Amino acid sequence: MNIEIEEISKEFGATAALHPVSLSIPSGTLVALLGPSGSGKTTLLRILGGLEFPTAGRVLFDGSDATGLTVQERRAGFVFQSYALFRHMTVFDNIAYGLRARPRKTRPPAAEIARRVTRLLDLIKLPDIGARYPSQLSGGQRQRVALARALAIEPRMLLLDEPFGALDAKVRRELRQGLRDIHDTTGLTTVFVTHDQEEAMELADLVVVMSMGRIEQVGKPEDIRARPKTAFVREFITS
Amino acid sequence: MTETTLPLRWRPATTEPALVRWGLTVLCLAVLGVLLFAPLIAVFAEALRDGVALAIASLSEPDARSAIRLTLLVAAVVVPLNAAFGIAAAWAITKFDWRGKPLVLTLIDLPFSVSPVVAGLMFVLLFGANSALGAWLVAHGYPIVFAVPGIMLATLFITFPFVARELIPVMLEQGRAEEEAALTLGATGWRMFFTVTLPNIRWALLYGVLLCNARAMGEFGAVAVVSGKIRGQTTTMPLMIEMFYNEYLSVAAFTMAALLALLAFVTLTLKTALEWRYADQLAANHRH
Ligand SMILES: Nc1ncnc2c1ncn2[C@@H]1O[C@H](COP(=O)(O)OP(=O)(O)OP(=O)(O)O)[C@@H](O)[C@H]1O
Ligand SMILES: [Mg+2]
Repeated sequence: MNIEIEEISKEFGATAALHPVSLSIPSGTLVALLGPSGSGKTTLLRILGGLEFPTAGRVLFDGSDATGLTVQERRAGFVFQSYALFRHMTVFDNIAYGLRARPRKTRPPAAEIARRVTRLLDLIKLPDIGARYPSQLSGGQRQRVALARALAIEPRMLLLDEPFGALDAKVRRELRQGLRDIHDTTGLTTVFVTHDQEEAMELADLVVVMSMGRIEQVGKPEDIRARPKTAFVREFITS
Repeated sequence: MTETTLPLRWRPATTEPALVRWGLTVLCLAVLGVLLFAPLIAVFAEALRDGVALAIASLSEPDARSAIRLTLLVAAVVVPLNAAFGIAAAWAITKFDWRGKPLVLTLIDLPFSVSPVVAGLMFVLLFGANSALGAWLVAHGYPIVFAVPGIMLATLFITFPFVARELIPVMLEQGRAEEEAALTLGATGWRMFFTVTLPNIRWALLYGVLLCNARAMGEFGAVAVVSGKIRGQTTTMPLMIEMFYNEYLSVAAFTMAALLALLAFVTLTLKTALEWRYADQLAANHRH
């Protein structure tokens, strides 16, 4: 699914989190929103997911206006910064949550749900942890469960807020590859937020550099490296 | 501080000298014994002074039974209402940003800081026969003051903070992320509430409800002002105890007091039992 962001702005009271920004994301791309703290990355991601509504501007999914769609209608697989796993449910129930939440007509039968959860656990290479609770998992395992839970709803796009933020360097590298693989097998349009320029450059097809609520530059990693448009971008990617 | 500057006579920081430990423990037990245990024993001893049969007989007297029924009715109405209000208030305060939040937070605490007698008087002023509203209500056959609705209102007011106060810190600490996750996964607001919000706050909610219940059954001051103390009609257990006591019906007074204490004891036991039964889950939830 391709995503079109047209002149989106967002104000929280007196603070402008996003000045009008526009961005076009082709279907199937893996996009990084890169920028320092407070640059509006999370805000933009939440607007895409329908968790926040823009003050002005439009969002188009596959050419049709999605600005007014509710969170549920967007069907975005969202991975939260601290994963937000349901702490009182097992891993299995966490992953099954979205399927069970479907209206009766489109809800798969229990056996089918179990089959899909098992398949997702295989996909994230953690086949044996279905019965555990989130508190019994490592940080990296939690992140993968959160990813599986988001994928379970057969989302139209994948949105991840600092998916590797709280992990150590080795795990980060493994999971990066994991995300790349999952993106390549599912072909989902994927947007992830990061403030780590190395991570963005290494992983993404398209990097969006943001600063103070504005998009400074959009481009392929090698183009941004070779031709930084502004002084900010040059400084940020060499730091 | 670096390692080389550690004091020579090193001692675990969490261990106090034995004397202090024992002293504090004994002091604590002594205070508990004098302030809680001894009076409780005294109440039960006084109730059973003339035998179990007499004590039970005093409870089956019509006025006493009516008081017990009324107290149970008040609790049965007030506690669910305040559980719902408490959840709604805690929700509004912790999950949304809006002006006037500090004011509402203060208002929630009002029943804690206002003397119950004053609270009762407020309702008399508002709904009593001397107010326009009260007169109208009486004329139409809905008396509030000196009637059961007044008792319910006063109890509702007094016990309002318990559930909200228990829930607010828990909900603040948990934030909105899990609920947002449920929404992105396609859950409706109601489904989110019942499958994510409620399970996450259930222990705090249970505790708040138990406290609310204990106070709803035990409230004296505010209820005394609005009830009018009509025997067999608007007399709750605490009021009945006072009446019996003033009439030198010592066995009846202390038996009912013992029963009230027993109700409180049952709620606390229930809570402890539940905590013990679900200790694993509790620990798992808290570690996150
Ligand atoms: N709910 C909110 N209420 C008020 N201001 C907000 C809110 N959410 C974000 N902001 C403000 O909007 C700006 C952008 O925030 P945002 O969370 O999008 O930044 P970010 O790029 O994700 O930063 P970080 O890397 O620290 O997560 C910040 O100035 C922030 O203070
Ligand atoms: Mg952020």
